[in-house]
Amino acid sequence: MTSKKKWLSTPYLFWSGLFIIVPLGMILYYGLTDRTGAFTLDNITAIASAGHAKALRLSLLLSLISTIICFLLAYPLAMILSRVQVKRHNFIILIFILPMWMNFLLRTLAWQTLLEKNGVINHVLAFLHLPALKIINTPAAIILGMVYNFLPFMVLPLYNALVKIDPNVINAAQDLGADHFYTFIRIILPLSVPGIISGITMVFIPALTTFVISSLLGGGKLLLIGDVIDQEFTQTSNWHLGSGLSMVLMIFILLNMVLSAIFDKDGEGAML
Amino acid sequence: MNKELIQLIDISKSFDGQMVLDELNLSIHENEFVTLLGPSGCGKTTTLRILGGFASPDSGRVVFDGQDITRIPPNKRQLNTVFQKYALFTHMTIAENIAFGLKIKKKSKSYIDDKIRYALKLVNLEGYENRMPDSLSGGQQQRIAIARAIVNEPKVLLLDEPLGALDLKLRQEMQYELIRMKNELGITFVYVTHDQEEALTMSDTIVVMNQGYIQQIGSPESIYNEPENAFVADFIGDSNIIPATMIKDELVEILGTRFACVDTGFGINKPVDAVIRPEDVMLVAPDAGSIKGVVTHLIFKGVHYEMEVAANGYEWLVHSTTLFPVGKEVGIQVDPFNIQIMNKPESEDEEAVAIDI
Repeated sequence: MTSKKKWLSTPYLFWSGLFIIVPLGMILYYGLTDRTGAFTLDNITAIASAGHAKALRLSLLLSLISTIICFLLAYPLAMILSRVQVKRHNFIILIFILPMWMNFLLRTLAWQTLLEKNGVINHVLAFLHLPALKIINTPAAIILGMVYNFLPFMVLPLYNALVKIDPNVINAAQDLGADHFYTFIRIILPLSVPGIISGITMVFIPALTTFVISSLLGGGKLLLIGDVIDQEFTQTSNWHLGSGLSMVLMIFILLNMVLSAIFDKDGEGAML
Repeated sequence: MNKELIQLIDISKSFDGQMVLDELNLSIHENEFVTLLGPSGCGKTTTLRILGGFASPDSGRVVFDGQDITRIPPNKRQLNTVFQKYALFTHMTIAENIAFGLKIKKKSKSYIDDKIRYALKLVNLEGYENRMPDSLSGGQQQRIAIARAIVNEPKVLLLDEPLGALDLKLRQEMQYELIRMKNELGITFVYVTHDQEEALTMSDTIVVMNQGYIQQIGSPESIYNEPENAFVADFIGDSNIIPATMIKDELVEILGTRFACVDTGFGINKPVDAVIRPEDVMLVAPDAGSIKGVVTHLIFKGVHYEMEVAANGYEWLVHSTTLFPVGKEVGIQVDPFNIQIMNKPESEDEEAVAIDI
């Protein structure tokens, strides 16, 4: 880039400095000090306390299950999408992205209404003389919310990776004697690893840090680590503990990003 | 001629209502280098894909070694393909690429290692076992693609424009390499290209295709010297295709001037097309030739000069090592055996083919 054009990035640099770098610095400061301003690691080690550790475990478990479900749903779909003709696939992709344009909060609230004890789904089930669904305020409801909200983030990187595979590479494998299963295991799956890693990252991280889905669909009874941090900031006003726990969560995010940087050299996830 | 290995019988194929192959019949022999030659969209690649099993014909049969393989999937066929743009497995080393087919056949490790060494030697890339495909040049990748195919000892190797992505110099080198490999392996090569020079250099038999029809099958010499129709004449090298009248056997009237020729059996006073290759048009002194003309264009082409000569209302394309400047009056002379007579297109299909050039 020429120096003449560099000044064009100034507004963004200003923005990111003010709203990304400065807040990160503040979290670092709050996380490593107590109310008197003295240095301490207590806010970070607090993750080991029973309640916090339980929330973190639940977060990791639910986001892992959601990620796996998203992957299992998205991979076959992405494979089909990557093989249909260009004319049609834009339309199909649109259908999958369409919900993403709707506000995230709104969609989650919609699920709350649908799943409620006296909600739409149970009305329909009662009308059909079927037993009522009791999943609101359970981990299952949270997983449902996560999968519903984050599925497109899995489909797109997988699709991007799969569509890049030259059809002749697949033909070549079959030409050399591989059946469909062997071709999938040895050729298609390894070549789509960048997309898989991106997809996992883009589902796992938001799922791990969410507090809206758990508070709306978990009824406030099931605390995820995101909810705990949210409470520290908004209810107990303990910014120091909230920052410390955020830093622990950031370590998991960084780990995941390192993984994706290693495997996703083509930037499949960057397409979003 | 060796025994027949592959027969394509009445093969038809259409995509989205567009006829790509129309009742195509073709026999391929053992140890033959067959080239399917034609412009893009002529059906040559579709023919190859049907042979490889990647496309199935709408009707017709593929017979391989006496066995009907029309419905047999690619992984069960005794032929291997070298794809356009190599189609190497980029996540595997060269050795793993070459071993791919052998591992599926559950060959022993020592057998596979021997084969890898043999194949790399054949394609002149010894010592490349542990490299990744991306670190190789286009020409080297193409050689690996060939090595990967031939270790499986196919009876037929299918090659889909394998040299298309290479530069001219490398392409010429690879042409000789391919001929050498074919002779060393003693197997049948079915080669698809739109490059007439490639086809003439390498093939035992050339199949010229256009719009889903076979236009002519023959040796490179016969295709070049005795094109059967205007399409072949025009597609293979440059040529003058001139409307003419066959006066009687061995006498043709071209643009009002009678020329002796060697063709017979066309009838009397029959309208025909005469094909004369530019290098067969001899320029002489104005009064020494059969027709008088004037040089209108002149380009130096390296090996020869390319000239256009206006004579009797036709622009004759002439290749000659002797220079005649623009504006010079010349005489045109053609030896009888250098005039090739073709029937005019009769059916509408043939007409369409001729117009489409």
